Amino acid sequence: MLETIVSIALLMIAIAMAMLIYRVIKGPTTPDRVIALDALGINLVAIVALTSILLKTSAFLDIILLIAILAFIGTVAFSKYLEKGVIIENERNR
Amino acid sequence: MSLLLLAILSPLLLAVFVPIFYKYFRPIHTGWFVLPLPVILFSYFLTYIPITSGNQFAAQTLSWIPSLGIDFAARVDGLGLLFALLITGIGALVVLYSIYYLGKNKEQLNTFYVYLLMFMGAMLGVVLSDNLIVLYMFWELTSFSSFLLIGYWYNREKSRYGAQKSMLITVFGGLCMLGGIILLYLMTGTFSISEIMNMGADSFFHNSLFIPALIFILLGAFTKSAQFPFHIWLPDAMEAPTPVSAYLHSATMVKAGIYLVARFTPFFGESSVWFWLVSGIGLFTLFWGSFNAVKQIDLKGILAYSTVSQLGMIMSLLGVGAAALHFEGIHDSYFTVATTAAIFHLINHATFKGSLFMVVGIVDHETGTRDIRNLGGLMTFMPITFTVSIIGAFSMAGLPPFNGFLSKEMFFTGMVRIQEAGLFNLETLGILFPIIAWIASIFTFIYSMILVFKTFTGKYQPEKLEKKPHEAPMGMLISPIILVSLVIIIFFFPNLLADTLIAPAMASILPSLLTGTETFHVHIAAWHGFTIELYMTIGVILLGTIMFLTREKWMGIYRIFPEKLTINHVYNGLLNHSQSLSRSFTDFYMNGSIRTYLLYIFTFFIVLLLSTMGLKNAFTLDTSNLGTIGIWEIILALLIVISCIAVLFSKSRMTSIILLGAVGYTVSLFYVLFRAPDLALTQLVIETVSVALFLLCFYHLPKKRNEERMRFKLTNAIISIGVGLVVTLIAISAHSNKVFDSIAQYYVENTYTEAAGKNMVNVILVDFRGFDTMFEITVLAIAAIGIFSMIKLRLSGRKES
Repeated sequence: MLETIVSIALLMIAIAMAMLIYRVIKGPTTPDRVIALDALGINLVAIVALTSILLKTSAFLDIILLIAILAFIGTVAFSKYLEKGVIIENERNR
Repeated sequence: MSLLLLAILSPLLLAVFVPIFYKYFRPIHTGWFVLPLPVILFSYFLTYIPITSGNQFAAQTLSWIPSLGIDFAARVDGLGLLFALLITGIGALVVLYSIYYLGKNKEQLNTFYVYLLMFMGAMLGVVLSDNLIVLYMFWELTSFSSFLLIGYWYNREKSRYGAQKSMLITVFGGLCMLGGIILLYLMTGTFSISEIMNMGADSFFHNSLFIPALIFILLGAFTKSAQFPFHIWLPDAMEAPTPVSAYLHSATMVKAGIYLVARFTPFFGESSVWFWLVSGIGLFTLFWGSFNAVKQIDLKGILAYSTVSQLGMIMSLLGVGAAALHFEGIHDSYFTVATTAAIFHLINHATFKGSLFMVVGIVDHETGTRDIRNLGGLMTFMPITFTVSIIGAFSMAGLPPFNGFLSKEMFFTGMVRIQEAGLFNLETLGILFPIIAWIASIFTFIYSMILVFKTFTGKYQPEKLEKKPHEAPMGMLISPIILVSLVIIIFFFPNLLADTLIAPAMASILPSLLTGTETFHVHIAAWHGFTIELYMTIGVILLGTIMFLTREKWMGIYRIFPEKLTINHVYNGLLNHSQSLSRSFTDFYMNGSIRTYLLYIFTFFIVLLLSTMGLKNAFTLDTSNLGTIGIWEIILALLIVISCIAVLFSKSRMTSIILLGAVGYTVSLFYVLFRAPDLALTQLVIETVSVALFLLCFYHLPKKRNEERMRFKLTNAIISIGVGLVVTLIAISAHSNKVFDSIAQYYVENTYTEAAGKNMVNVILVDFRGFDTMFEITVLAIAAIGIFSMIKLRLSGRKES
């Protein structure tokens, strides 16, 4: 029972991801793509979590946290890049 | 180390001290320090005559590389002793001559005598060593020291050209010889010459390596002895100082090839290939050298071609003499006469050619030119030189009462008799032997006359000479006088040499003809009745005189041969063309574009692997040990495929980078799906970092670059599809052919018990196989340091500012 539900959930998320990927490819502007990527990352979290259930293991729980952190950092870095053109700024009093 | 080995190496040892003598004893000519050595060696080698004349030999061995069968083995038999005496005897005379020839203050005597001693030691090593590898080593040392001596006046372009040419040709031959030696070793299993000779050729006659070994060894001998068509280096080697020409290029080095042929006659001599190659090429060289000598205008040029021709004569005699091996016993001395003649002429040639070179050196030294068009009428100024040269030249032409007459008569005897042997289809072609020999002798007569009479008689042309001619100093004349005295002494007492040198040398060349304690009985007589040889000599003299007197009329035949058909032209063309060809070839495939190189690499990858697969019929498809495929794998695979294709067709770089990131993340999802949490963790982080780095690169690209889609190239498409196909096929085949089980079970069982860990991947990384991890840490450290230094270190920029 649980397996079926998890499988259906996975399928839904996969479809969501496919559509997000379409946005990444197509996305007319860069911010569109960045947001799509961020959403992809979150979907990845979901996929990993569901897969862990499916595989009956707790070994992948670290990965969930990592993806969340990376997606956050990546999105922030990208946003900063789009905003200022640099990610790590030089010291101001130089 | 025994005395004999020390004697061979002593010139090399003395060469070490020559620069010291040169530096600290400047007032004394360095040659005086060198002179005693060849004299001592000559007397030392004379003491071996009683041993060798009884067909005994002296041998000494010093272990060098015993595990490879390479020992410094010396063996003095008749042949080796003959050459050793020539080398040391003429060496002593040449050193004496060079003391007067080379000025103390204007020449670099230290280098000259170092090279000369190196050469002398190398030559002694060649003729006395009993080990083929050691022989080859000394052989190459003669090539190198000859190269150095020819290029002695290295600031002259022609010297450098001559040195390079002789180097290329003789080293080519030397390497061929090394190949022959190795083939011999493969056949016989030993490097020892005496052992090989004892085995005899009978058991190797049908070996498939026999003929290649024969040809390779002959190539070595022919290049060294300036046989056709490798004779071209010898005339150009005449740029060397005259003592060098006299020593190396008439008496010793060019005879190393003769020595080699004589040495290997007992082994290869029974083959008809050997007979035809040695005697045929020798005869043609004899003719070609004498024919070309007539047209030379430089005295040393004449002597160079004359040397070529005389070496051809000796070579052909050795070839004909090898036919004697087919007749049992020495009582058929009928055929051994050619071998006798070869050895006898070898000695005679060394005497008269050495003296002639020295005479030419004197003429050059005293008048400043060697061009026969400028010379003439020197007889009254240089009476002693004239006497010496007329004796030498008449001996070379084969006139009595000089030793050349004896050997030329014997040469005719050998050539006439060979067609009676009834071997190797000689009945038909054999008639050519005496005819070619006779024609060549006529040309020999003509150039010998040109050499003497154009130089010393005729009109004296003082305005063309650089110096006022006068007789040479006495010291310079001593050596040629000694040599021409030998010329006359040998004529009147030829049998002085017969038992002491010639018979033992023949015993070394034709050992199978002797049984027990027999020795050859060589009898050389100046007069042997009215035979065909005598008429041939008379014919040579008559026709030669007529042709010499009327040479203005027929010299035109040399213009028939255009310059383009000469072998020199071929050699130069070969050299230039091979250079330009290889340059254009290199320019063609090394075009500097990485795309092209990748094209080569990938094409070779595809061709090699596909053809291996095809030829070995190696493609297999075995589905028995495949796992089941779930829907998630398919979805993820589709995701990766879609993003990969999208990377190829994306319009902007930004999109490509993001899509690559997508591929990376999907891979990490695969890791999750295939239960590799550590890999998935690492993959995620690394992917993020590398995407960030890509973006960094992207940001710093030049602004003007307009973004466009990747251009389509058919070759690229074919190759990339090919690579993908090959890798897929190999992966499938490899998976279908699992030969044995994995060793993973061990790790599963022992991860906790042996290494106290539950994470198997980590335990493998840091415990079971921690070595790899250490070096991967090193790689990362190097990469970090490299990036840091690439960013910080801007040497070129600093220079500019």
